[in-house]
Amino acid sequence: MQTPMDKPTIARVARLARLKVPEAQLDQVAGEIGGILKWIEQLGEVDVKNVEPVASVHAMHLRWRDDVVTDGNQTKAVLQNAPKAAADFFVVAKVIE
Amino acid sequence: MSTLTSLSLKAVLAGLEAKKFSAVELATAYNQAVVNAAPLNAFNLTTPELALEQAKASDARRAAGKAGLLDGVPLGIKDMFCTKGVRTTASSKILDNFIPPYESTVSQKLFDAGAVMLGKLSCDEFAMGSSTATSAYGPVINPWSGPDPAKAARQLVPGGSSGGSSAAVAAQAVVAATGTDTGGSCRQPASVTGTVGMKPTYGRCSRWGIIAFASSLDQAGTLARSVWDTAHLLRVMAGFDPKDSTSVDQAVPNYTAACGQSIKGLRVGIPKEYRIDGIPAATNAAWDKGAQMLRDAGAELVEISLPHTKYALPVYYVIAPAEASSNLARYDGMRFGLRAAGNNLNEVYENSRGQGFGTEVRRRILIGTYVLSAGYYDAYYTQAQKVRARLIEDFKRAYERCDVILAPTSPSTAFGLGEKTSDPVQLYLEDVFTVTMNLVGMPAISVPVGLADNGLPLGLQIVAKPWDEETMFRAASALEAAAGFTAKPPFTV
Repeated sequence: MQTPMDKPTIARVARLARLKVPEAQLDQVAGEIGGILKWIEQLGEVDVKNVEPVASVHAMHLRWRDDVVTDGNQTKAVLQNAPKAAADFFVVAKVIE
Repeated sequence: MSTLTSLSLKAVLAGLEAKKFSAVELATAYNQAVVNAAPLNAFNLTTPELALEQAKASDARRAAGKAGLLDGVPLGIKDMFCTKGVRTTASSKILDNFIPPYESTVSQKLFDAGAVMLGKLSCDEFAMGSSTATSAYGPVINPWSGPDPAKAARQLVPGGSSGGSSAAVAAQAVVAATGTDTGGSCRQPASVTGTVGMKPTYGRCSRWGIIAFASSLDQAGTLARSVWDTAHLLRVMAGFDPKDSTSVDQAVPNYTAACGQSIKGLRVGIPKEYRIDGIPAATNAAWDKGAQMLRDAGAELVEISLPHTKYALPVYYVIAPAEASSNLARYDGMRFGLRAAGNNLNEVYENSRGQGFGTEVRRRILIGTYVLSAGYYDAYYTQAQKVRARLIEDFKRAYERCDVILAPTSPSTAFGLGEKTSDPVQLYLEDVFTVTMNLVGMPAISVPVGLADNGLPLGLQIVAKPWDEETMFRAASALEAAAGFTAKPPFTV
């Protein structure tokens, strides 16, 4: 598993997560997360031959429901927490440069 | 009036039914208790007017002979449950102004049963932590810190993440409270505050409207003053909900009927791998004493082995952050929550999330993003999912030999605010006895069993097979009766 957790790596991960980590904190964050990952790497010791990965504790299949409208006309409720809204729309920063 | 706040949920219901006091009198006393509890910083928001309004309606229902199972009972709601029209923050700056347009299924069930809401209780930010020190609204103080918690020389944490709930229940500022439990967040806070904390089987309570942290582990839970109170609350909260795809369609038994029943012949498993180096002697002593109590009550003690125990925490710290990084992707500053300025859309995202999330949440999002990223997915995430399967096998095998398991809840009594902060892994160890139950999906309850030599409370956990909450409550109430824990913190309201 061993991978170096360094400043460029953590900067790349932060970008993937769309989460700004100030330049001055990158080294410290890389150190902390590197330490945690090193501790996690003990999982490599476990024999997992022929073991299926578990995503949910209950073997369940997703239920189906009829494809019908169950709600509607909630424009006000949907927009009520919008940081910025106009004319029944969310207003966001320019998407296409 | 102040004696009203010393009553258990069971006694409150009896008093209301016997007309010894009204729901309005009770809510009035608790509204004052909530004010008096201010030094604990347990509440993110108090709702005294709403409480009085609900209490008035409750008195009218009772007078008409239509009282529900929790009619008139004043509760605190953890700030992870969306409450319609009442600010819900997950103790995060990113949701500082969020007012849900809908009600979580669990809180709706509580209100449908007549419960009264006193306010929204603080927690670690997005329920990530074991101290409630990561709340954006400042740390919550454990009422066991001293008679004047705000000025105590060593302020103790109330555990986490449901630390507002545990502090408020311990200080008698609420009759009981909801919590959420992803890795121990109801049980560990209960252990360090002398209260009862419980998580049911995964799928037992609807997760709809609970702010998501790690979806395969999250469950609603409770913090309360007794096992009976807990059983009664779960009876109301549990049940199938078509709005949660992981909610399981199972009948909800009357859990309180299990309380007080004999445990003669019950096989109690004692996992040998839970004797961990570095755990304080007081914790092991309490564990031994608890086992003795159950044996004296007629149970049979069985040594069991859970060979993959030491891997549970690292598995948890892959799976929980991975699911969190995915769940928390929704906080992008577009439709709700904090939006920061930026020169383009990506900068708006990055700055909103950078400013809105605290250090621990940021750390977990970054870990989760890393273990799910191309090139590392199999080595970390798939490996953790496979070891999780090993943990489930461990318990299947153990339950061939026992009916419930007895284990410590927290490694030690409450630690001091600001301690265990230099190394994140040190703080993660606080959940060493609790995360496994979430990874395996089992119900578990922490019951206070006594005070350690430092005068602080300590709890023990009863863990049961999935869907067997009744046996869990039966064993827990036997432990509670034998322990006879009545100590109160130096600070109560």
